[in-house]
Amino acid sequence: MTASDNMTLTERIFMDIRLPRAILCEFVGASLAVGGTLLQALFRNPIVEPGLVGTSCGAAFGAALYFALGATFHFSTGQWTLPLAACLGAIVSTSLVFFLSQSRHTGKSSIVSLLLTGIAINALFLSGVGFLSYIARDPQARSIVFWNLGTLSGASWASVLVVGISTSVCVLLALRYAKQLNALMIGEEEAQFLGVDIKKLKWKVLGINVVMVAVATAFVGVISFVGLIVPHLLRILKGSDNRFLIINSAVLGGLLLCVADLLSRMLLRPAELPIGIVTSIVGVPIFIFLLKKKNYFF
Amino acid sequence: MIETQHLYYKIGSKLILEDISVKFLPGKLNLIIGPNGAGKSTLVKLICQQSKPSKGTILFENKNLQSLSTMELSKYRAVLSQNIELAFPLKVSEVVMMGRYPHFSSKPTEKDLKACEEAMRFFDVLDMANRDYLTLSGGEKQRVHFARVAAQIWVPIENGCRYLILDEPLTFLDVHYQFHFMHKLLELLQQKDVVIIGVVHDLNLAAKFANEIVLLNHGKLLAHGSPEEVLTPEFIRTAYRLEPIIHQTNGQTFLFFE
Repeated sequence: MTASDNMTLTERIFMDIRLPRAILCEFVGASLAVGGTLLQALFRNPIVEPGLVGTSCGAAFGAALYFALGATFHFSTGQWTLPLAACLGAIVSTSLVFFLSQSRHTGKSSIVSLLLTGIAINALFLSGVGFLSYIARDPQARSIVFWNLGTLSGASWASVLVVGISTSVCVLLALRYAKQLNALMIGEEEAQFLGVDIKKLKWKVLGINVVMVAVATAFVGVISFVGLIVPHLLRILKGSDNRFLIINSAVLGGLLLCVADLLSRMLLRPAELPIGIVTSIVGVPIFIFLLKKKNYFF
Repeated sequence: MIETQHLYYKIGSKLILEDISVKFLPGKLNLIIGPNGAGKSTLVKLICQQSKPSKGTILFENKNLQSLSTMELSKYRAVLSQNIELAFPLKVSEVVMMGRYPHFSSKPTEKDLKACEEAMRFFDVLDMANRDYLTLSGGEKQRVHFARVAAQIWVPIENGCRYLILDEPLTFLDVHYQFHFMHKLLELLQQKDVVIIGVVHDLNLAAKFANEIVLLNHGKLLAHGSPEEVLTPEFIRTAYRLEPIIHQTNGQTFLFFE
């Protein structure tokens, strides 16, 4: 930054570290929450989260491979190498899920087979991550674990730009499918009777989810629970209309992740708690409290 | 009008439907009956484009069903299938509004809101418009879906019929609402561009309300015509393997079984 030459140290910390980190939080939170909304609507299943089609586990595996191999081959570690490895991992694992879930007879992939294939591939890549952290030496093994719990400490204006563009474009695209996703709530066949082309809808929505989640995860690591909890909180507040859910989960997801990041930096000061741990510790009690309090059931 | 011409449907080498040629006319209540495994649901599936016939054609007016897109059909054809489960909590009015989805792009228009309200009043669910669908009883849910499919085809379209296809719509309903629903169907049929096809199990309801009955047995068309023509001892015996007692009072037919 050229303007930063005249700044005090505090100003520079704010401009170059804190501000991009806060904005990155907004975009990552929005991506994860909207991804959760989309997949829950698509799978017609409230316990689904955006990583279910293999995206975040693939990203984790890519990152773990990067850490493990980087230590072995001592290749240069530029700013973009880790996100790139994670993104590639996400793309490979998600494509694998899509490919394997196709029925050999009809070429179609049902929602159920997609879900089950996702679970299987997730397990495979997670054990890959486990294996890599098992054989890795200490600093690398710690990096793998740390990355798997998520961290925003690597935020820069460049990462804000990339995640920001992918999030904004994907959320706007997702809004176009809100009505069709609503129709899907009463069933795949019924949605077809209401004029929805299920096959096209499925690929488009999955595509949006994968891009959004893969890009976000590539920069910050695996952050769980945001994608699961945000759509639920909104449904408890005000019904299941997907237009409402997509817009508001982008806002609420961002806010929630900001708060979680704040906590992750404050709780163990000066050390930093991985944000994935914070989202779970804070998210779970709120979630269970709301489930018990409101008549929210399926 | 819907017409099926020499319709065949095979799964593997097993023939599920064999040479079915029937016409379903507008303004008439067309009911499909038959024993379990006769092919009733399969016939409905073919008519709804859920499966493709192995042989034969289905015509909507004079257009081949295969040439019609899902989106186009949804503007004038509503289908009520069995066992609809809602994945998330939703207000009754929102479920009914789904019926209007094919007719607007992002926000419902005046016309859509009006169609929904009228359809809800018609099927006696207007007073639960703001309730959560998931808290309703089985019968209430079914009536909400009646309102939804009615809303879908509530407004007449230019130069063409509207179609309502019902797969076992009476499950979950008590006798009162079974009769209520059948009367409502007859009321809808006073609009002469409406074609209704329904699958039912209750032969007495078919006898009382149907204008045309299609009786299927082992995938074949056993009989087709008015209730008097179809509900004869011979046909009933062949299809259901039971000895019927047919009782006529004041021009109404009642069936009992020994």
